This record gives sequence, structure tokens and C-alpha cells, in this order.
Amino acid sequence: MAARHHRRVGDGPMVRRTLITLAITLTGLLLLMPLVLIFVQAFADGWAGYIGNILNEYTLHAIGLTLFVALLTVPLNLVFGVFLAWLVTRFRFPGRKLLATLIDIPFAVSPVVAGLLFLLLYGRNGWVGDWLGQYDIELMFAWPGILMVTVFVTCPFVARELIPLMQQQGGEEEEAGVVLGASGWQLFRRVTFPNIRWALLYGVILTNARAVGEFGAVSVVSGSIRSETNTLPLQVELLYQDYNIVGAFTASSLLAGIALMTLIAKTVIEWRQSHH
Amino acid sequence: MNASKRVLPGFGLSLGISLFFISLIILLPITGLFIRAAGMGWEQFWLVVSDPRVVAAYRITGLAALAASLFNCGFGLLMAWVLVRYDFPGRRVLDALMDLPFALPTAVAGITLATLFAESGWYGGWLAELGIEVAYTPLGIIVAMAFTSVPFVVRTVQPVLEELSPEDEEAAMSLGASDFTVFRRILLPALWPAVVTGGALSFARSLGEYGAVIFIAGNSPYISEVISLMIFVRLEEYDFPAASAIAAVVLTVSLLLLLGINIWQERYLKRLHGG
Repeated sequence: MAARHHRRVGDGPMVRRTLITLAITLTGLLLLMPLVLIFVQAFADGWAGYIGNILNEYTLHAIGLTLFVALLTVPLNLVFGVFLAWLVTRFRFPGRKLLATLIDIPFAVSPVVAGLLFLLLYGRNGWVGDWLGQYDIELMFAWPGILMVTVFVTCPFVARELIPLMQQQGGEEEEAGVVLGASGWQLFRRVTFPNIRWALLYGVILTNARAVGEFGAVSVVSGSIRSETNTLPLQVELLYQDYNIVGAFTASSLLAGIALMTLIAKTVIEWRQSHH
Repeated sequence: MNASKRVLPGFGLSLGISLFFISLIILLPITGLFIRAAGMGWEQFWLVVSDPRVVAAYRITGLAALAASLFNCGFGLLMAWVLVRYDFPGRRVLDALMDLPFALPTAVAGITLATLFAESGWYGGWLAELGIEVAYTPLGIIVAMAFTSVPFVVRTVQPVLEELSPEDEEAAMSLGASDFTVFRRILLPALWPAVVTGGALSFARSLGEYGAVIFIAGNSPYISEVISLMIFVRLEEYDFPAASAIAAVVLTVSLLLLLGINIWQERYLKRLHGG
């Protein structure tokens, strides 16, 4: 920061010190302490207890299912997000704004309502569910249902990261590529991708964090059958309700670990972007 | 911008994929819910959504969400100010922590807050001495909602504060106006649209919050039951029509809020960039 000659609001040492102290105290109480508590509780029985809790059969299964769902959700929403962002930022057509608003809907919908939407449509009495039932295909209370609600809940992330950036960058570079005879794929790989890769990466990380942690929507469609349709957040609830507090916080600590890595990744990516 | 119409490839493909995806994942399920709710007839619909226990849940959810977003307007403004205006050790960590509520799964937030504020917890015992009970009361709902929606106001105010040009402010200061006067007369008028946007986003999010709330709320009917839980309760009773009707009300409110926020943002962005 260059030396400033003019005084601005809040430059006084008293104001400055008070506000910084207040900000740190409040953040510490509201955000940092909960994070600390998760790990303190998880390790309440020491390392051996921690490992033992993770190796619990049901917890292990929940980890597996959660990773499986995230592994399918992320690429689906990655592809969708890139195509939507390309569509909305590189072409002008009627309904463009509406499309950009529609994609925000999953952010506005309560997770429980989101789960119910899918249960009604694809459940046993739903239009699609009824029809699939004739072929003995059940989507709800099984992993496909969990996957569907997770895709719903996380589909805005990649698009929301890409759209403002691609809007700002404009399409000139890509148009130059077209003039030079590049194919669509070459254009994306050589021109677009290098420009958006950090935003894309952050979109993926956010999608993953939310996919791994979705609770309300999944809890409506899962039926919470132990070691069948229990994801890690549902397992946290189950253990907590069984009064296995240490076990619940052990499972939580894995999710909190992913959350922490998400925050670190964001900080690193922002730092990289500002140094380019 | 207008001359470059359709020079780039992939219009058909990306339109097709986007429409297919949005229809299948977003529009079809939402239409399904509204048709379900409409199918039960007006009289029965009204009976379900105006049930006293449900009405109490609307009130509790709305009031708690309002309190939580008001808190976040203040806290968010403070945090944005401190993060943008001051440089101090640990600023980056503080900045990163702001996003924690989005990154942390709501169920984890829920059991953590419930444990912190329970009478045996780090905060609960201390608050109990002051005679304040948070866990298993409506106050707990506010705490959970405030926690999960922390990032909204911070992240909407931060960029506006960063782009604010210093001229007016410095001129007013050099004319001898006090910090408070300049803040109120010059900075606040520039910042409040962003605060309102963030507050509205925080409110919308809080209305639907479920995972973080249910562990700390106590969930007693008429006192500390939120509307998302109400839907869940009806589902567990296999009362699908009632669950759909309440969900239709909640969904309509959410969609109207989203629309309102979008219109408001567009207007104020236009004004900001000299429309």
C-alpha cells in the first residue's frame, strides 16, 4: 500500500483498534470456536478412539457412499456449468436472462423442499416413479435418489463461478480463434480453458464441498437405511441421536476437514489470481 | 457485443444441454410439486396450510430469519469494513473464515452449535449464569440461522467497499467532518444497497434452513418448530398432500424472494454503473 496523504474514515488508531478487536472477537466466538470444538470432541478419546470411530462399519460405508455420490455429481455439474456459462456469456438470445435466473433456483429452495420435489416426482406415487416402478426400478430411498437431489442442490456452483468471469473476459479471444480456424474443442482447450481454469477449479471445489455435506435434501430421499443409504452427514445425525457424541464429532471432523481444505483452496486460488 | 452474433460455435449444443438439464433437474420437479398441491383442491389446501401449528411455524421461521439477517447486516458490514480498510496480521485467515458456514455441512454446524450452547457446553454454562438459555429455545434457531448465513452480507459489501472512490470521503474529512458524519452521509448511502441485498439473501437462506436448526431448536410444536421441519414431520406421517401443500407455500415465498432480489440487484447495479 502506498503512503496515503489524506485521512479517511476510521483511520484513527482508536477506531481502528476497536473495530479490529471487535471483528476478531466476534469471528472467534461465532466461527472459530465451533471449528475448534469439532476437533476437540472428535479426539476426546484420543487417537485410538478416533481411528476406532472412523473404522466403524457404518461410518466407513457412509464415507464410501458420500464419495461415490460426489464423484458422480461433480463431473455432471462441471459439464453442465461450462455449457451453461458458454451459452449465457457468448451468445445473445431471448430468454438469456431468464436462464441465468433459473439456475439460481436451487440456492433459494429449502433443502427439505428440494428433497420433497424429487420424492414426489420419482417416488412410488409420482408420475415418473410410477412408470419406472412397472420395470422394478426404484430411484428413491436408494443412491440414485441421493445423487439426483445432490445434483439439484449443487448445480449452480460451477456456472455461478464462471458466468461473471467469462462475461468480463468477453469473447474476442475465442472469435480470433474461430477466424484462425480452430474447432470448438480446440477453442475451449487452448483459449477458454486457460482463462477460466482457476474459477473452474473453485467451482468444482464448492460443488464437491456441498455435495459431500448436503443434509436436508438427502435426508428426505434416503430413508437412512444404515449401511445402505446413509451418507456421512446422515451418519453424523444418527450417531448424535444415539448419544454417541464422540462418534458423531469424529464423522464431523472428516467433513470439517473437507470444509477447511475448501477454504484454503479458495484463499490460494484468489492469491494466484491476484498475482497474474 | 452485438456484431459478434453466433460467430462462435456451440450455440445449439450448449442450448440443448442447458435446457435439457434445467428442465429435468429444476423445472419438472417444481411443476410436479405445484400440480400435486393444486390437485388437492382449494379447501383442503387451505385447511392444511392454515393449521395453527403450521402458522406458528411460519411465524417462528420468519421472525428468527429476520433476527438472524439483521444480526448479519451489522456483523457483515463490520467484517467487510475491517477486511477491506485495515491491514493487520491474520487478516487473510479472518477473510477465509468468513466462508466457513458455506463450506461446513449444515448437520455438522447443527450438532456443533447445539453442543456449544447446551448447558454443559463452552458457551451454554456461561450464558446460563446470566440467565440466558439458547439451546432448545427459539434463540437457538436464531443462532443457527445467523451462523449459516454469515457470508452473504460480507461478500456483497466487500467488493462495493473496495471499489468506492476515496475523493468524496477525503474531501469531507479535510473539511473537518467527523468520522461518524462522513460514514453516515457519504459511505452509508453508497453501501446500503449492498447491505440490503446481502441481508435479503441471508433472510432467504434462513427461511429454508433445516440441518443447522433442528439440532439446536428443541423442536417443540408452537414454540420452536421451523417450517422445514414441519414439512419433514408431515412426510414422516406419510401425509404427502399436507407436506406438498406446505412445501408449495414455502417454495412460492422463496421464488418470489429470489425474483425480488434479482430485480432489486439489477436496478441498483444499473444505478451504480451510471445507468
